[in-house]
Amino acid sequence: MWDKILSLSNIRRLYGAFFFVLFIVLVAITDFRHMKGYEINLFLKIDPLIALSTLLSSWTLYKGLALSLVVIIPTLFIGRFFCSWVCPFGVLNQWVSRILLRTKAAEDYRMNTYRRLYNLKYYILSGLLGLAVLGPLQVGLFDPISLFTRTASTVLMPSALPGLYPKRFIYHGAVLLGLLFLAILFANRFIQRFWCRVLCPLGALLGLLSRFSLFRIWRDVQRCTDCMKCLRDCHGGCDPHRQIRYHECHLCMNCIDDCPEGAIHFGLQRENSSLQAPVEVNRRRLIETAVLGLALFPVLRGTVSASTRSMPSVIRPPGSIREKDFLRRCIKCGECMRVCPTNGIQPALLEAGFEGLWTPILHNRVGYCEFECVLCGHVCPTGAIRPLSVEEKTGRGEFKSPVKIGTAFYDRGRCLPWAMQIECIVCEEVCPTSPKAIWFEVVEVKTRDGRTKPLKRPHLDPKICIGCGICEYRCPVQDRPAIRVSSIGETRSKLNQMLLTGGEVRKF
Amino acid sequence: MPSKHSHRAPPLSRRDFLKRLLGLCGLSGGILGASYLLYSDIPVRRRTEKVYTFRDYRVEVPSVYPKMVIVRGKDPEKMLQAALERLGGIGRFVRPGERVLIKPNVGWDRQPEQAATTNPVLVGAAVRACLQAGAGEVWVTDATINDPYRCFHRSGIGPETEKAGGRVKITTESDFLLTDLKGEILKVWPVSKFYHQVDRVINMPIVKHHSLSGCTIAMKNWYGVLGGRRNRLHQQIHTSIADLATAIRPTLTIVDAIRVLKRNGPTGGSLSDVSVENTILAGTDEVALDSYSVRFLELSPDIPFLIIGEQRGLGTRDWRSLHYEEIHVG
Repeated sequence: MWDKILSLSNIRRLYGAFFFVLFIVLVAITDFRHMKGYEINLFLKIDPLIALSTLLSSWTLYKGLALSLVVIIPTLFIGRFFCSWVCPFGVLNQWVSRILLRTKAAEDYRMNTYRRLYNLKYYILSGLLGLAVLGPLQVGLFDPISLFTRTASTVLMPSALPGLYPKRFIYHGAVLLGLLFLAILFANRFIQRFWCRVLCPLGALLGLLSRFSLFRIWRDVQRCTDCMKCLRDCHGGCDPHRQIRYHECHLCMNCIDDCPEGAIHFGLQRENSSLQAPVEVNRRRLIETAVLGLALFPVLRGTVSASTRSMPSVIRPPGSIREKDFLRRCIKCGECMRVCPTNGIQPALLEAGFEGLWTPILHNRVGYCEFECVLCGHVCPTGAIRPLSVEEKTGRGEFKSPVKIGTAFYDRGRCLPWAMQIECIVCEEVCPTSPKAIWFEVVEVKTRDGRTKPLKRPHLDPKICIGCGICEYRCPVQDRPAIRVSSIGETRSKLNQMLLTGGEVRKF
Repeated sequence: MPSKHSHRAPPLSRRDFLKRLLGLCGLSGGILGASYLLYSDIPVRRRTEKVYTFRDYRVEVPSVYPKMVIVRGKDPEKMLQAALERLGGIGRFVRPGERVLIKPNVGWDRQPEQAATTNPVLVGAAVRACLQAGAGEVWVTDATINDPYRCFHRSGIGPETEKAGGRVKITTESDFLLTDLKGEILKVWPVSKFYHQVDRVINMPIVKHHSLSGCTIAMKNWYGVLGGRRNRLHQQIHTSIADLATAIRPTLTIVDAIRVLKRNGPTGGSLSDVSVENTILAGTDEVALDSYSVRFLELSPDIPFLIIGEQRGLGTRDWRSLHYEEIHVG
């Protein structure tokens, strides 16, 4: 009996459920209160696609990304086990397929035989990697772990677990992210595990990695009666009933259980094992898409974007490296948006240009950069935001100056003391630097009825301002604040500077 | 020629006809009734939210005890014990079974040395004192400016409170209830609901510089009960402070002047802004406590909100006229 219960497919189910729950828990605890020293971005670090693409874009295997070897090396030997055993998005898609797809056995057979359409993911992979070689990394759009983390951080968590947040967290364009996610899940209505079989570039990469694997699923041609029952529960659509396409096989192990003849086994090749089918992708097409990806680069560089011109609203989180390198490293995973305690870090739409879609920028109307907080850099898996110490960020100790992310400017036509002779200076109160970047002069003003009264009028010292944006966030002129931060003066940029002296540009 | 699609509908019997007729009448009646009930001449029905008022948290203190005690020393816990002893013991203020709320200044994400938040050891000592007096529960709360979790944790007030057996109450957006402050300019404002769930309130401010109001000590500390767009209060800061201090009458006020933020208030940030004064004050007259404490900031008690407070009878700026004691501990 234990043989039945502890079958390989049941063990796989346990693994899948465990990793899915682990993923959700890790996203849920990504905040100041709970994260402590846990590896909260573990799944992003073990993702080989992230490691490879950032390697191609900037020729470094950054810190924790070396963990991806724990997936890469076993994949070389046994194939694409990640997809059904570990990948939380794969597991979710499998569950959703189970719920949405209720088909008869005969339809299952048709559904689970291999289709040419499944080749699409290899082209997506080559296009993304081709683009990565020259620069702007777009892998994050399609990488399943980035996609799931981003959606969980900006859509699923805030709506399902609002109790984790001190206020209702809202995200720029969350509805678009949510709709895309639902669309992907709903596609399982038409093809089982649509995402994994058709689109997933990580699956494609792992498929290619399993080219020389020794341990595989094998079908014994002597025992097999061609009943096709092995297709019944197949996850990958890898044709176990013919020449198995090892690059599509998720090692779900279901065919072993389903085979009434015991003709299928996992392990080394045996005497009567069937021939296996290689990747059927047209090499020429593959090169074409890679070249297409490469060709996109000059097109993007010819566009007005944050990497070709400084953009006022592209205020990157503190510790972000210079824009060109930032776009080479950022995988749009949304970890920084999840961990930001004020809800200030938001997914960009087109503010930073097309290639900056869903990269993090600060929206000071929603939140601001907390002065002594450095969490975003510490959860970033790829080093797009460098991990800073509090001393480095605030410019204490051995550091001469703080990290600036922008500079605040007064809109004197809207500022209460400047425009309307009304006492205010909330901005001065909340300014976190010492001495404060916001100072005031006391002036005698003549009021409408001819009397005079003393009034405190605020000014800004651009050499001290770090661009944290709490002044903008707390300004009582709520809809369009009378003090607003723009990115100029940011420490990470050599060009986005206005002062001759006083600003320090640091090489991140 | 008859139609190709020639399936006939089954005949309708009289019984079926009557049944269906009755059913349709019932359905129409239902729709009419529901329409009548739901008819409205306003587009959106609003629930009128209940408006609360503050209860009076004060207790009668016999005049044999001083109104204000000034304690100098090194050990916050011992200083607080000495101060409470002189005031007649914590038992005068907190009775067994009562739920006590302590309101320190936890406005900012700063560490204790930076003196932007109340001394955490002092808060812990106050929690312990209340529990020793038999308080049922001791809550520590504030509506902070920076992220509340960071503020409570990094100021040390969260950990010290829990160590002492008290409970930290984080105020989130949904924790505010409309409350009538009945002030000159402050009318109905969202107020942290915890104030309406306790019997006693202890105000525990720290002495800090503030550019607009001059100082933030006991009376200004009540900003931390408000939610909503409270940054508008700056436009008439002195009247706002006086209105708040009139609306909330605490059981006891303990002023932390152990480390005083002399410049760059109320946020501070640099240790060079801090001066060590090793003093605490305790008493029941907020105006007098503030008037005494302004000396740490080299100010005199002719600040407008203190004058308004005195005019309204909240206390006296002339603290020397009160029964007060100055002691030294350790």
